[in-house]
Amino acid sequence: MAIWRTDRKAPGLTLVQRRTIIGYIFIAPFILGVILWWLLPAAVAAHLSLHRWNLISPPRFVGLDNFERLFADPLLMQSLHATFIFTIFSVPIGLAFAFFLASLLTTRIRGIAIFRTIYFLPSIVPAVAGAVLWAWIFNTEFGLLNVIVRELGGPRIAWLQDPNWTMAAFIILSTWGVGGTMIIYLAGLQGIPTMYYEAADIDGAGRWAKVRHITLPLMSPIIFFTLILGLIGSMQVFTSAFLITNGGPQNATLFLVLYIYRMAFQSLHMGYAAVLSWLLFFILVVLSLIVFRYFGRRVYYEN
Amino acid sequence: MKASKPAEIVSRAVMSDAKTSTARRRISITGEHLWRWLTAALLIFFAVVMITPFLWLVSSSLKTQLQIFQYPPVWIPDPIRWDNYVRALTARPFHLYFLNTMTIASLNVIAVVLTSSFCAYGFARIHFPGRDFWFAVVIATLLLPGVITIVPNFVIFTRLGWVDTILPLTVPLFFGGGAFNIFLLRQFFRTIPEELADAARIDGCSEFGIYWRIYMPLAKPALITVAIFTFLAAWNDLLGPVIYLRSPGNWTLAQGLSSFVGVFGGNWELQMAAATAMTLPIIILFFFAQRYFIRGIVLTGLK
Repeated sequence: MAIWRTDRKAPGLTLVQRRTIIGYIFIAPFILGVILWWLLPAAVAAHLSLHRWNLISPPRFVGLDNFERLFADPLLMQSLHATFIFTIFSVPIGLAFAFFLASLLTTRIRGIAIFRTIYFLPSIVPAVAGAVLWAWIFNTEFGLLNVIVRELGGPRIAWLQDPNWTMAAFIILSTWGVGGTMIIYLAGLQGIPTMYYEAADIDGAGRWAKVRHITLPLMSPIIFFTLILGLIGSMQVFTSAFLITNGGPQNATLFLVLYIYRMAFQSLHMGYAAVLSWLLFFILVVLSLIVFRYFGRRVYYEN
Repeated sequence: MKASKPAEIVSRAVMSDAKTSTARRRISITGEHLWRWLTAALLIFFAVVMITPFLWLVSSSLKTQLQIFQYPPVWIPDPIRWDNYVRALTARPFHLYFLNTMTIASLNVIAVVLTSSFCAYGFARIHFPGRDFWFAVVIATLLLPGVITIVPNFVIFTRLGWVDTILPLTVPLFFGGGAFNIFLLRQFFRTIPEELADAARIDGCSEFGIYWRIYMPLAKPALITVAIFTFLAAWNDLLGPVIYLRSPGNWTLAQGLSSFVGVFGGNWELQMAAATAMTLPIIILFFFAQRYFIRGIVLTGLK
């Protein structure tokens, strides 16, 4: 086991060389993983994207055909549209709701832990079970939601059959599971020293002023982080759409990952599916860069 | 309302002490009261909103077909049909799905606990040239979701003859266990005083010994957190199994439950029973390991 020692000079090796060898042994699994599960797939995807291949007959080189197809694919446009609409609504609504719940939970009331547990629990429900449950809740005839809407005198909404309502249904479903984000916010809010608020009280600051000038600036790194995670998460929504609507009605919930899945594993257009994967990668990178550039600047760091 | 007492005492003290207490101050105190009541009301309202789907789930799972389609819906089924669970869980070989899921989940947990911590130690406590570069790679892959490689990875695993085995769902995790887990454990290792490692080095302990005998035992809480999240991910995953596990004998719970959706279209009570059965172990796990859940989420959000 002498190889693991960093303290002794072995013949022919300096201390730095020894540390380097040991260091690389420790991170070797990760490096191998990057090569095997990121670089190799990237190369395979690049190769696939230039070919037409249905997994059965030998791949045929088609040049940039698969890339040209991107620009003449109405289903892709529909898919991007659905994914962006879902992201644009579900992420801000989810973050705001999580923040709101976390703020409620900072109140000092007996039994607050029970509320915290109740708000958090939906987020750990397995996605498949959640999808099955909500498919039933959104049922037009007998679903719980329409029972409530009807009691309140509302119309009978075809949540999962009417393309105008399906997106709302998915946003409701994703908002139900914001418990994880809420816990992050709650920890952040509880970490803000009370003296800041006390100082603001002395200065006569109102409730909104305190939120605006103390809470939000101090929370901004956390909000920024959850925004990034939320965007990436909502760009890859799959399970609920796969189970509840299977992309319908009229492709209103044909989210991008579902479209890639169909293209690769149902239509067996591996080449085009690889191009769509590149597109998803590209969108994620651009989105992250935009968010970093646009919001990263507004983040307030204490030190 | 024990917790509200200090506030009351303070407010009374303010009222009596300051003879000059103005009308404005009194208004702000009653405002404080009003605010507390409003908060309490909101807390209860959203608790009801968040928990109702659970109640609906359990209630529906115990109903007869007749009561499922009753309007207005009843909340407490009469008669209570425990039999639904037996029927739902024997309609498919769920014991087999459970075994398959547990095999995949356990292997994933072992992979992550061993290899993520191994890499994390290298990043946290060994200083060597190139470490910062590779850590930047960790951060970069942190934001890239695995879905973007499903298409090329499927081609690779097909070539390896791994389709319809659990290998594609388990082997990749043995290579570092995912950037996220490396990152989380590295952050945790860095909170363990480096003097401990230095002292052990002076005593002639090897780097592997320091990692295995000092850092691993001290990092137990973080390791449990990582293990729980890995387990949850395996338990919940649908996309991976749907792509790779073809023959029904190899299916996971998520697949088994999702296969209910089309076939048992009208049998909502059976779908709800199966969904409850899949959710319950997670809820139980949560109540036993609550602080690890919360700690994990907080660690991801604040570091």
